[in-house]
Amino acid sequence: MIRRQRLAAGVCALLAALTAGLAFPTAAAADETEQAAPKVELVLDVSGSMRTRDIDGGTRMAAAKQAFDDVLDATPQDVELGIRTLGANYHGNDRQEGCKDTAQLYPVGPLNRTDAKTAVATLVPTGWTPIGPALLKAAGDLDGGDGTRRIVLISDGEDTCQPLDPCEVAREIAAKGIGLTIDTLGLVPDAKTRDQLSCIADATGGTYTSVQHKEELTDRVGQLVHRAADPVVTPVATSGAAQCEKAPTLKSGLYTDRAEFGQQRWYKVDVDPGKELRASVSVADDRAVNPSYGVLLRAVTLKGREIVRGEAAGTGRTDVVSTGLRYPKPASDDDNAPAETVCLEVAHSFSAPAGVKSTPGLPLELTVDVVDGPAKAHDVAAFGLGRGWWLLGVLVLTGFVAGLLWGWLSRWRVAVWRTN
Amino acid sequence: MRIRHALGAALLALGLAAGPAAADSSPSPGASDGSGGAPTQAGTSFRTATEIRQGQQATASGSTGDYLYWSFPADTGQRPTVKASVKLPQSHGSETWQLDVYDGLRRRQSCQYGASTRTAEPGTSSVELACVMRTVRGWSEPWANDPLPGTYYVRLTVVDLGAGDLGQPVNAEVRVDSKDIGGAAAVDGSLGKPLVPGIAVTSASQDDGSRHAVLSSFGSKDGWSSGWWSDRWVWTVIGGVLAALAGVGGYALTRGSGRPRNL
Repeated sequence: MIRRQRLAAGVCALLAALTAGLAFPTAAAADETEQAAPKVELVLDVSGSMRTRDIDGGTRMAAAKQAFDDVLDATPQDVELGIRTLGANYHGNDRQEGCKDTAQLYPVGPLNRTDAKTAVATLVPTGWTPIGPALLKAAGDLDGGDGTRRIVLISDGEDTCQPLDPCEVAREIAAKGIGLTIDTLGLVPDAKTRDQLSCIADATGGTYTSVQHKEELTDRVGQLVHRAADPVVTPVATSGAAQCEKAPTLKSGLYTDRAEFGQQRWYKVDVDPGKELRASVSVADDRAVNPSYGVLLRAVTLKGREIVRGEAAGTGRTDVVSTGLRYPKPASDDDNAPAETVCLEVAHSFSAPAGVKSTPGLPLELTVDVVDGPAKAHDVAAFGLGRGWWLLGVLVLTGFVAGLLWGWLSRWRVAVWRTN
Repeated sequence: MRIRHALGAALLALGLAAGPAAADSSPSPGASDGSGGAPTQAGTSFRTATEIRQGQQATASGSTGDYLYWSFPADTGQRPTVKASVKLPQSHGSETWQLDVYDGLRRRQSCQYGASTRTAEPGTSSVELACVMRTVRGWSEPWANDPLPGTYYVRLTVVDLGAGDLGQPVNAEVRVDSKDIGGAAAVDGSLGKPLVPGIAVTSASQDDGSRHAVLSSFGSKDGWSSGWWSDRWVWTVIGGVLAALAGVGGYALTRGSGRPRNL
């Protein structure tokens, strides 16, 4: 039955292909979207050190202004762009005051290029470098809406407002599950700045770039703003349980969660007979972790029998470790057969070196797809067909022997008929 | 007898002619469409991976330490080869670059041949990486991680580097080509839907007419081979025809030349 259907489908496909001039267009579902406008906030360090003349002979501030002008000109229409400064206003030496110095230079919203450029032109390198507080405020600026959110941080020095570690701040922002990415650009290639900025980027799945020339800065900021404009599926935040019974039931879609070190997360998915469950999971290391790790995804029945598992392990530098599984549930003759509840267990074996915070857990991304099940295979080879010279040889030999036998048989019958 | 001969020859010719024609008529989504509009950037995660077609030379600029992601479709019977080349900055320390291929379920796929990890010594200006994947099969058991038709992800990154090299500008090029393995890899059975992430959501949203961002836009119904055609049909048909001819030949041998004299 299945074969016949498949053959019929094949013939239809063939005819369709021929009539369509052998050209199938692929679905263009991603071309346009109804998603909310993506939001980007550029966070610029306007601390005193930006006066240093070491980027193509000009000051760091001049390079940043130039880059902002170019980027503002090239910002896509649908991107809501804002600008926040840090260390732009407070001249004094009071650390307490200096570390509160962050202001929104241009609010996040539809872009008026002239206004934004005028605002940028007024900036004069002034005060401290309160990166942590600026990031917190920037995350607040981007609140609301369903679009993608991105912070681009341009800085030339490490945070001068400890003990609030900007890296921790970034991790906390990411832990809110609002899908915010922080990309960082460092204007000075010194080790401390680099470590801090790359830590902020890693904590949110962003990128770190070290900039030494004006064009690099312009290109990179422009690239990041454009990247924000690309439509991206926004994951739904969910919270897995410690056991299957209490687990949330998921439908097809993309989900995020957090999994602490040594913690298992359980989810439930209903699979109808004749459907196939596909699940994949990625666990990201958003902080320093030991260099060997793994992830396990298991599909388990309600009674605790394991159906199938996906596992992956690795060593060395990585952004995520991921695996997946598929479970086709056989079709049932009974139309009213109930859906089976499949429990999905996610566990990862990342471990943290001493001194690394274990909360919040590592970000986990889970995709669930419940689709039509596969056609069951009856034979190893396609339709049980053969192939190759041995097949031809065997068939020819068989045919020849059959012909000989048939010939002799008929001769013998003729002989018998004649003698009678 | 003569009619039989003619019929046999005609069948054979038909089989041979139908072979390539039918093979062509199931266009693969990975068919090369030239380099027009090749992407010039890369994604930074599975979710944001930049989609490329097979045969396209995709380029991207990034920073050392970035995780660059692309995705491409691969269909039944194809054996994809992923090639990447990274242009390194003028001065750099020893860096190890790696190319990983993942399938639509984000399972890592092994490379049969090719240097997927390479170390660039200081002073070298580029690194070339390659990965020849296994042949994509039409069906496999759920417990196997055989490559199946659907989306594949390519991740290019530096896995070992000196701290001073982080964030330096690099340029990467990626290209996927595939060899058609054909009937040798044709298996029975097929997937209900190709392994394209988010395909359940995509087909649902297409039905109600609205459009959303998707995890992977490679066609759900279009462009994938239906999986019924393989050159095994030609081999088997030719085998049957040859067997029939041999049968006729064997029969003729027993009869001598023409009718028995005394009949």
